Amino acid sequence: MSSETRQILTTDGIPLEVSLKKAERKNKIKAFLLVAPLLLFLLITYIFPIGDMLLRSVDDKMVTEMLPKTFKSMEDWDGNEMPPEEVFEAFYLDFQKLVEEKRDGKLSTQLNYTKNGFKSILKKLRRKAKNFEEGNYKEQIMAVHKRWADVEYWRAIKRRAPAFTSSKYLKGMDMYKNEEGKIVSVEEDRRIHRVLWLRTLEIAFFVTLLCFLMAYPIAHLLATLPMKYSNLLMICVLLPFWTSLLVRTASWMILLQQQGVVNDFFVMIGLVADDNRPEMMYNKTGTYVAMTQILLPFMVLPLYSVMKTISPSLMRAGKSLGGTPFVTFWKVYFPLTIPGIGAGCLLVFILAIGYYITPALVGGASGTLISNQIAFHMKSTLDWSFASAMGLMLLAGVLAIYWIYNKLVGIDNIKLG
Amino acid sequence: MPNNQQFVKFDKVDKSYDGKVLVVKDLNLDIAEGEFITMLGPSGSGKTTCLMMLAGFETPTNGEIYLDSNPISNIPPHKRGIGMVFQNYALFPHMTVYENLAFPLRVRKVSKDDIDKKVDKALSMVSLTGFENRMPGQLSGGQQQRVAVARALVFDPAVVLMDEPLGALDKNLRESMQYEIKHIHESIGVTVVYVTHDQGEALTMSNRIAVFNDGKVQQLSSPDKLYEEPVNSFVAEFIGENNTFGGQVTNFSKEKCKVKLDDGSEIFANPITVKSNGDKTTVSLRPERALINTKEKMDNNFKGKIEEVIYHGDHTRVRLNLLGNKEFILKVPNSSANMDIKLGNQINVSWNSHDARALDPK
Repeated sequence: MSSETRQILTTDGIPLEVSLKKAERKNKIKAFLLVAPLLLFLLITYIFPIGDMLLRSVDDKMVTEMLPKTFKSMEDWDGNEMPPEEVFEAFYLDFQKLVEEKRDGKLSTQLNYTKNGFKSILKKLRRKAKNFEEGNYKEQIMAVHKRWADVEYWRAIKRRAPAFTSSKYLKGMDMYKNEEGKIVSVEEDRRIHRVLWLRTLEIAFFVTLLCFLMAYPIAHLLATLPMKYSNLLMICVLLPFWTSLLVRTASWMILLQQQGVVNDFFVMIGLVADDNRPEMMYNKTGTYVAMTQILLPFMVLPLYSVMKTISPSLMRAGKSLGGTPFVTFWKVYFPLTIPGIGAGCLLVFILAIGYYITPALVGGASGTLISNQIAFHMKSTLDWSFASAMGLMLLAGVLAIYWIYNKLVGIDNIKLG
Repeated sequence: MPNNQQFVKFDKVDKSYDGKVLVVKDLNLDIAEGEFITMLGPSGSGKTTCLMMLAGFETPTNGEIYLDSNPISNIPPHKRGIGMVFQNYALFPHMTVYENLAFPLRVRKVSKDDIDKKVDKALSMVSLTGFENRMPGQLSGGQQQRVAVARALVFDPAVVLMDEPLGALDKNLRESMQYEIKHIHESIGVTVVYVTHDQGEALTMSNRIAVFNDGKVQQLSSPDKLYEEPVNSFVAEFIGENNTFGGQVTNFSKEKCKVKLDDGSEIFANPITVKSNGDKTTVSLRPERALINTKEKMDNNFKGKIEEVIYHGDHTRVRLNLLGNKEFILKVPNSSANMDIKLGNQINVSWNSHDARALDPK
């Protein structure tokens, strides 16, 4: 009796809970319908593509599907010695089928990725296989080329058996699985991605720092100036924001190039010699300058919105209590702006880490970021699964930063406006 | 009195924000040590500007402010050692009550033990012991107010400024806080400069009140004098209720003058600002000084028609049409049941010429 409370009835005799649910249902449906388009949009444009990317990045079904019998017969083979006759027979049957369907070229490309040298021996096998007699395929295939008698090549085929692979991710980290199945780094002179990852993090970090250093005073001015000045300043902050990204980047190119406005000015005031103009573009400098300028509003706006809510009387109180202007700023004002700093830094860092157009245009070789590499693989090499893998690694990085931020500052403390 | 009578001294202070309008005009004001002085005035009268100049957040355009005989115009706010309670409390929202109170002590490099002691003492003074670890957001308005007062006092400042500190509280809380602040002032003897636009607050709390209007101190005196003997018609109008008659002085003497009103009738009044015959004047009379059907002998006796009767419990307010003033208010005590107060009746109203103060014309 104690745990079961008596059911309360409305005046009409319907239980109160039922009546409440009925009354609320309409509102709930209305609310859901209002959100539904957005939900659908998110699902179609965000969740599905990311899921597809994830699948594509680990997908290795192509070879699995081309050699179904071979992989099945290989299940019992331990890979130490040459495989038994059944494996050879299965491989012969699978291969003949591919030849009939004219898909053997694809197989040779794929197997060649795994181990060099497959292309020529497969070609040779295709020619010879026409005259194969039934039975004892092991002998016949091994006779085609000496590599077919090398257990290494058979192991390489077996490595392609699983339908999923992590090789793209390893490649993104300049690593691969060697013949023993161990994960090792590639030779030092072939490591390109690690440099790019580190450079991306470095540029994102310093762009965030520069943005913060420049935005803090601006936001403070914006929040404290009288309305007529602060509106003007706000327009100055937002004007670049409203201009096309491409136009802004292009204008930086005009400014920063060796015969550009900035260099001309330096020469004019005698800072540098005319024949010794510094390169400020197609390197990191260009990327820093242009990205900082472009991302600045994303730092100013959250800072401004937080600073606007800080009552000026707090600073006065701090001073009247004996705090020097600096102590008052540091102990009173600054801690109150942390939600804005967090929001701004997170926003700028995440935007910077995936930035594409600006580094592509002004970055040159030493100023490009991982996103440019992703674009390169999507457009030029058409290795979409590798591009997907790197895209997902970037996403994972962003989520990790988000997680760290949440642990350090708390996501509730974020304030965007 | 042994106390320094000029502990705080405004000496010919002018203040202008835009170079066109003077917000404070030629202010001379002496505040004694340990005094509770209130700056009272309508908004825009310059009282808050004066407070800000004293705190150091505004600089006088001309003139000098002295604190204990030292000029302070060039001393930045944080070196003045003046405590301040702000209108919206200005508690640091990211600090606990303890940290808020410890802030002025920490910046003065007071040792940890002394900080604990002083914070304890200050909190017990405002009866908030045990609230050390609360955040300001978890406190009610009245509690926040007390923390703000405690914080302004915890570092033993010579002067505490209060800028409409009770403005955001509801009526009951405001009244109890008035007494509390008054008692704190009495017990520790700090000099308090209090700014408000609420005359009730000013009258109950202060030793002296400076009434501000139009950038000038209109009158500086004790609450009772301010109410009983206003020196000009602004003060008479601003403090308490007031019946006025406009007219011209016809028969001037030092003790008593005759004033011819605009409707032609003549009354006797006490000349305060008027100097000679022919001066224009506004005669001011407190409602409770005019009596109905009295047997006392008074030198002003007139008949008026009752226009409105409003019952107030302990007294009844009566609006009369008297000598051309349709807004003449009388306060009739509840005990005087014998009177014939009914709408439309003609009644006799009398007052002493001493209570009718002939002030400057409006």
